[in-house]
Amino acid sequence: MTSRSSYLLLAGAALVAAAAGALWFASAPQRLDAALVEDMPTGDAARGEMVFWAAGCASCHAESGATGDDRLVLAGGTRFETPFGTFVAPNISQHSDDGIGAWSAEDLANAMMRGVSPEGRHYYPAFPYASYARMQVEDVADLYAFMQSLPAVEGIAAPGDVGFPFNVRRGIGLWKRLFLDDQPAVALDDASQQVLRGQYLVEAMGHCGECHTPRNALGALDASQWLAGAAPLEVEGRPVPNISPGEDGIGGWSEDEIVALLESGFTPEFDSVGGTMAAVVRNLAELPADDREAIAAYLKAIPAHPNGY
Amino acid sequence: MRFLVCVATAISLSAVAASADPIEDRQALMKERGAVMRILGPIAQGREPFEADKVLEALEELNANAQATTDVDALWPEGSDSGGDNDSAPAVWEDREGFVAATNKYAADAAAAAEAAPQDLEAFRAVFGPVASNCGSCHEAYRL
Repeated sequence: MTSRSSYLLLAGAALVAAAAGALWFASAPQRLDAALVEDMPTGDAARGEMVFWAAGCASCHAESGATGDDRLVLAGGTRFETPFGTFVAPNISQHSDDGIGAWSAEDLANAMMRGVSPEGRHYYPAFPYASYARMQVEDVADLYAFMQSLPAVEGIAAPGDVGFPFNVRRGIGLWKRLFLDDQPAVALDDASQQVLRGQYLVEAMGHCGECHTPRNALGALDASQWLAGAAPLEVEGRPVPNISPGEDGIGGWSEDEIVALLESGFTPEFDSVGGTMAAVVRNLAELPADDREAIAAYLKAIPAHPNGY
Repeated sequence: MRFLVCVATAISLSAVAASADPIEDRQALMKERGAVMRILGPIAQGREPFEADKVLEALEELNANAQATTDVDALWPEGSDSGGDNDSAPAVWEDREGFVAATNKYAADAAAAAEAAPQDLEAFRAVFGPVASNCGSCHEAYRL
């Protein structure tokens, strides 16, 4: 080997190492700004209950089809069969070993708003932190206070099965670099307080876009088709309806009709929503009427799109 | 001759029943149910006035429709879980017992509502609420 070729080899190895280092650095789990969580106030459990329903925690973490107080039993275990693999909702009850009973409020904020576990691991974005990233830390504090009043449930569900390359958790760090931010999904000029409240409920807590907005090849939401309806996330699902205010969507619905659906599950045609939306309706029915009206006002204010599926 | 006509009629009737598409049959029943819901729903929501006669007539229709849907084996036979315009979830077949129970519960609630013959909005809401709550819970588990 000539000295020239060994020099090239060394330089190449150095470049690869530098690139790997940069990737390693870029893909590292990023927590919230320390200043943001240090000032986290002590939460209010009553307000936190409203956050709990608005954020839809029970839809995935309680038993599928749970109603009433069974929705407060957050043992997880529901399996989601998706094209990326099988995800399993974890136990988020107050059990100190099997659930999140040992977490601090900061841990909850980092999990929900940055997708980072207390041990510093990336969560899969099946956990809708890309939406919760838009939440106010104060709401997470309230939620934390409420969740502490919920039962501890024993048991850890059998793990999911996610194939390569999605099983490389560090890859999620790069995904976050590209797609995780806390900015609104749609720009609304001169929006009323009511519409802004609706925006917060839909885009941040309610994470409606996670099902109703189409995704790109990397599984991130396509904001240019916000709430335009999407192919189902689950393998056996049906397309998720377009809820933007156009012809393909719900442009023909009055705000009252949208409110009626959010409260009762009935469409203006008096069909009744099923599938995963049924649990969403049960959650939203717990909110004050003002919040359902705010969601309806927001859904009327956003741009209309043709079907995104 | 009369006997033969009877036999021929019976054969043709059963032939019709057997050849009918269960997917179409059950969807026709659901559509009929939807039409009655479009009368009763807005009244329950206070968007249309309550009229006892109109409500009773609709509740009786809803009940007849509900009773007609309890023959689960005829409407959801094995093999009718795909093809056509099927929207019934695999759970209809995988959790037969649960589905039959859900269908019977709905029919019992619909019968009770018609039986009650409510005379004012409050009484109507009290019996209609339980009937309507079946829609979402059944669609959640058993419709795609």
